[in-house]
Amino acid sequence: MTVAQEVVVEADGLGKSFGRTPVLRDVSLRVARGEALTIFGPNGAGKSTMLRLCATLTRPTVGRLRLFGNEAVGPEVRRRIGVVSHQSFCYPDLTARENLTFFARAYGAAAPEQAAISWLDRVGLADVENRPLRVLSRGMEQRLALARALLPTPDLVLLDEPWSGLDATAADVLTGLLATAKREGRTVITVTHDLDRGLAIADRTCILHRGRIVWEGAVQPASEGQGGVGAARAALDAAYRRVTAPVAA
Amino acid sequence: MWTILRKDLLLEFRTREALSALVVLMLLVLLTFTFAFDPSGAREAAPAVLWVTFIFAGLLSVQRTFLLERENGSWYGLLLTPIDRGAIFIAKMLGNLIVLALAQCVLLLLLMLFLGVPFPAAPGSLLIVNVLGLIGFSALATLFAALSVRLRAREMLLPLLVLPLLVPLVICAVEATRIVLAGGDLASTGPWLRVLVSFDVIFTVAGWMLFEQLVQE
Repeated sequence: MTVAQEVVVEADGLGKSFGRTPVLRDVSLRVARGEALTIFGPNGAGKSTMLRLCATLTRPTVGRLRLFGNEAVGPEVRRRIGVVSHQSFCYPDLTARENLTFFARAYGAAAPEQAAISWLDRVGLADVENRPLRVLSRGMEQRLALARALLPTPDLVLLDEPWSGLDATAADVLTGLLATAKREGRTVITVTHDLDRGLAIADRTCILHRGRIVWEGAVQPASEGQGGVGAARAALDAAYRRVTAPVAA
Repeated sequence: MWTILRKDLLLEFRTREALSALVVLMLLVLLTFTFAFDPSGAREAAPAVLWVTFIFAGLLSVQRTFLLERENGSWYGLLLTPIDRGAIFIAKMLGNLIVLALAQCVLLLLLMLFLGVPFPAAPGSLLIVNVLGLIGFSALATLFAALSVRLRAREMLLPLLVLPLLVPLVICAVEATRIVLAGGDLASTGPWLRVLVSFDVIFTVAGWMLFEQLVQE
């Protein structure tokens, strides 16, 4: 298998229930190395649960999930995963720099202080590095979350509604960093409601509805004669309206 | 493991929330006991007062270390790191142990002040008994605090889960403390210390081994 064909996420008949409530049902999915998949879906579709499964934060009730070819997940698999959620996963009483230094140490960085300073600079937080997270704005906090997730240079980047609550500048920083991550060959899985931004970074999209994947489509560059992002947007829009439309009585 | 311990202690010494709440609560409980006993009875009851006060206050403090992690989802950030989850348990337990040890030093001073407990003839023996009691309490409370923190009724559930299991530790710690405060040497506390050591080993190893399963949703 070549590097380009290596399967990073492989789900077969995946299901997750909370008590008696099924949240994901029979989800089968393969995401190759370097691929960017965006999962769209309405509220309660199971998108965040799908991402939490891929992040090893929860276990499937049924089915099989393999990450980097491993079914059993341990520290070596977790080391290769970076997660950005709508929560920053950082400590409010630590400064921006202390937060990043802590996570750099936790991931075993050789020079944690230097790594933290470098990432604070990359996400435009160098000026506020000594301020506690508690006093930073939502946009700044999200940029810090992005630095926390990308600092260990993960092979798989998982993003849960990453643009939520961001101002235009912070959203552009995020989109730029994701574009860089893609160019560097990282696998990116995003779940979002934001069709335009989600589509802009995707190679492939799917719609999750009531716990099932109900639609899948590829985003071909315009140069390949498939109509590019515009055509993908139209197809996605139509599919989204169709699958999420209320059923007539 | 040291990374997490360092972060936990930095957070505690920056906010001083757990330590200050612990000391205030211990002071209040101790004052109640002081007025409830006559002076000679108070000295007799000092070992029990020490451990009962400490355990009720300590449970609140241990639970708080996990509640802190829930804010901003930082607990998930920690679980996502490649740190072994058994090591997370040990780090959390050691963090609690250090904060509780400081609180217990304050409590011992307050006991001497309020209940007229004399300074022990063998302070080293008292230190050993207290450290063994602290290790067992920290291990058990950390394990169950991690379990209960996700539940809605966590404030009520943690004491309900932990207190019955703490009974052997409390009995042994109280008896060993009574012997040491009465001027006995460490050898005379032998049977109680052996149970304390067994308790510490069982719950530290159980926590280290079970933590991975416990934190998985």
